[in-house]
Amino acid sequence: MTQARRIVGQPRRRVDGRAKVTGQTRFADDIMLPRMLHCRLLRSTVPHARIIRIDTSKAAAVDGVHLVLTGEMFPIPYGILPVSHDEHALCRDKVRFVGDPVAAVVARDEVTAEQAVNLIEVEYEALRTYATPAESLAYPEPRIHDYGDHGNVHKAVALQFGDVDAAIDGADHVFDDVFFFEGSTHLPLEQHASVALKDPDGKLVLYSSTQTPHYLHRALAKALAMPAAHIRVIATPNGGGFGGKSDPFNHEVVVAKAALILDRPVKICLNREEVFYCHRGRHPVLMRFRTGVTNDGKITGLDLQTLLDGGAYGSYGVASTFYTGALQTVTYDIPRYRFRGCRVFTNKPPCGPKRGHGTPQSRFGQEVQLDKIAERLNMDPAALRLGIVAPPDTLTANYLRIGTIGLADCIRKVVDRSGWNEKFRKLPLGRGLGLACSAYLSGAGMPINWNDLPHSGVQLKLDRSGGVTAFCGATEIGQGSDDVLVAMVAEVLGIEPFDVRAVTGDTDLTPVDLGSYSSRVTLMMGNAAIQAAERARDILAAAVSAKMDIPVGRLVFADSRVFDSQNPASGVTFQEAVCIAEARVGTIGTTGSYTPPKSAALFKGGGVGPSPTYSYTAAVVEVEVDPENGWVTVPRVWIAHDIGCALNPTLVRGQVEGSVYMGLGEALMEEQAFRRLPAKLSNALVHKFPSMLEYKSPTSLDMPEIFTDLIEHPDPNGPFGAKEVGQGPLLPIMPAVANAVYDAVGVRVDQVPITPEKILRALQAKADGKPARSGPASFPDIAWPETLHVRPPWEGGDGRASNEPERGTRRKADAGVEATAGVRS
Amino acid sequence: MKSRFTCTVNNEAADLLADGYKTLLEVLREDLQLTGTKHGCELGECGACAVLVDGQPVLSCLLLAAECDGRHIITVEGLTNDGRLHPLQECFADLGAAQCGYCTPGILITAKALLDAEPNPSRERICEALSGNLCRCTGYLQIVEAVEAAARVGTPAVTPEPRR
Repeated sequence: MTQARRIVGQPRRRVDGRAKVTGQTRFADDIMLPRMLHCRLLRSTVPHARIIRIDTSKAAAVDGVHLVLTGEMFPIPYGILPVSHDEHALCRDKVRFVGDPVAAVVARDEVTAEQAVNLIEVEYEALRTYATPAESLAYPEPRIHDYGDHGNVHKAVALQFGDVDAAIDGADHVFDDVFFFEGSTHLPLEQHASVALKDPDGKLVLYSSTQTPHYLHRALAKALAMPAAHIRVIATPNGGGFGGKSDPFNHEVVVAKAALILDRPVKICLNREEVFYCHRGRHPVLMRFRTGVTNDGKITGLDLQTLLDGGAYGSYGVASTFYTGALQTVTYDIPRYRFRGCRVFTNKPPCGPKRGHGTPQSRFGQEVQLDKIAERLNMDPAALRLGIVAPPDTLTANYLRIGTIGLADCIRKVVDRSGWNEKFRKLPLGRGLGLACSAYLSGAGMPINWNDLPHSGVQLKLDRSGGVTAFCGATEIGQGSDDVLVAMVAEVLGIEPFDVRAVTGDTDLTPVDLGSYSSRVTLMMGNAAIQAAERARDILAAAVSAKMDIPVGRLVFADSRVFDSQNPASGVTFQEAVCIAEARVGTIGTTGSYTPPKSAALFKGGGVGPSPTYSYTAAVVEVEVDPENGWVTVPRVWIAHDIGCALNPTLVRGQVEGSVYMGLGEALMEEQAFRRLPAKLSNALVHKFPSMLEYKSPTSLDMPEIFTDLIEHPDPNGPFGAKEVGQGPLLPIMPAVANAVYDAVGVRVDQVPITPEKILRALQAKADGKPARSGPASFPDIAWPETLHVRPPWEGGDGRASNEPERGTRRKADAGVEATAGVRS
Repeated sequence: MKSRFTCTVNNEAADLLADGYKTLLEVLREDLQLTGTKHGCELGECGACAVLVDGQPVLSCLLLAAECDGRHIITVEGLTNDGRLHPLQECFADLGAAQCGYCTPGILITAKALLDAEPNPSRERICEALSGNLCRCTGYLQIVEAVEAAARVGTPAVTPEPRR
């Protein structure tokens, strides 16, 4: 029954394309319901304080106000990770950053709600404010949270794979570099919005711009102490996510509670300033890379330390911390490795997952250091990387299983296409080329709530009309997940995408998919969809075979027909096939599900990093740097991405170009930065510029030409061989820009964003005979916990740490019904 | 204090009664249920709320609705013609110019104003015209290519909507 592919691999209009260009895609704020009320939040004006008193009486007295809510009504904490349920929908005893929600008003319209919010009086008792990780490390008291490793350290981890000190000490060269990656935010065009209501049966419904309806479902059940079966979460298509809509948010819990109390629909739409406070974006990371290298450019060992500025709450932070150290070994052959990471709390909006989640920061450090290594060894940076590309079909030192790896092909492609050999170190002053590579997950191998349940499920309903409905909890955030779902089903069943209807992101109607994060949807939902469609095809084939006396093995599903491959005229329409099958076996529905392969990493912390397969990217960026004013322009980018198989090349190209765009923003201008107000005001730590005008992001005028190449060696774990593309192509851009700036003007900017000021500072240092560099001077001494020792596979290791107590209860702890309660560290 | 005014929205007369502080954006979305027009900042920074007012692209979040008395407004809902998509819409859908689709209505409106004034703009002119419309998904290139493709197609009347 194998047949030529008719949909997969063809550039195609996405299934939701028409809705998007006609303005008919219904985002959360587009939902307007009869009797709907509006909610506004009062947010903290101080960065760290105890709440002494809240007086809501004036607000409650305003005409048109229906409800005023405070933290007293939200006793149960929640959070995205079971180990850090540290958020309350409204602050109860203290506030932890400027923007932390303290109270809420529900009123007949937004204007009334806003007026009433401004009448709420809050008395604060100020506490020491922690603006930087250095301050959080220096002062353990007062603690921002009463959980975490100690003081204001949220989490510190130390893992070692083999004798890395001996490996580095015995190397021909040792490179020791410190880098800093400034935080940046997602800046989705759509401001977060939610509408909650009690349905006619009295159950809770929440429409929300969330990337993770399943996790929101669980959080609501916990925070509101309600059975999850009585809560329906509907993820509306997201107007951009990039990781910023992956946590359960205060406003979602607040409007849900309000709708339950008032029995009326309640809407909230955040304003742009509030979106900056929700954040959950890129962690600022200080990092130190000590790398041992042989004379011919092989890595003997890597000793990496990272310090993450976590902001005020846990969010995904523990995972983010591990991610800063997870994927180095998946990219390059690193036989011995030590990773130590530390996340501290500070009084700023919480950081979390932004496109690349924890990996772009250390990717920046590693790729810039490789550029320095190549120069010192007098090697070409591309040749150096080609010599250390991780081998396929192996376990890495930290027990990540690499399957297919197209990185070498990616490097060769961008070298060839960019004219690298003719240009690198050969362009005139002010022009330069830089190269960098990366790897990324095609879906996290471990779920957030550890259990044995599938990560993605798809149900199909085959209708007598010949139409097929595909149900899946996956969430359309612009990446094209609905299109992948429909394409998989249509391809397998030999019908048109237009004959398939996608119903997605609805916890009442759709089987669970864990959400649109970690680049997991194409691979996991895609495999589940293929399984469901193949099961449907088998049912139809058996029925048609019996009815028409054609062996099942000769039946072809194509062109909306089911026919005999040896006599194509002999067959039935797809619709007839459905009817024949339904008459034979009854109503036709099938399911498919996907669970990733078991990980080989059995040590504590090994849950972050495993993936069914990894994507790879190489990029060459060309820059022009004006040595007079430090201004950087990027005329051209060449990028090659190992995607396995491009299911819809139009959308794949869009993900690659969108990643380049976002990477250039991070490389050159984007900063989620903070400042203190003058002492005569309040000395409060505030966001530097919570507006789209001042938070600079690239416009159409800033975009380079982008030359995209796709490397397509189908991966056995991907649907039709596909890997991820949403995040990986962002990763090499920032270091490639830094390396290109060095090629152009001979100075190292070891931090992002690479602003004109930093380039000028480095040029001035160079002119003064100092190191031609702008970047952090040192990495602080951190009291690391006991290092877990795991022997690499080639040293006889079994994936466990030799000095760790027996584990095993944790995986069974959560049956997936109720989120693990409480706070564990 | 509500004021009463009339304007033409997508070639239909609209008789409106709205609070004086309401922006055109709010009246379009909330009073007329034309939710195709989006908002990303409500401060004139992102371009998502662009509509045509007397043929000119205008940020509807910065214009009071009452100022639109007697004016002719086109929103994304008014781009289709006799049930057919505008060539810009066809090309945006076909060529990957809409990912999340949230900036799309504002960009379509801005691009329409450009093509109405300059049927064959250069790439530089397109980038210039769209530079006030932020998009976080695409990296702009497929958007620019879609505008170029739409310019090549020309008038809407000859473009049937293909079955997909």
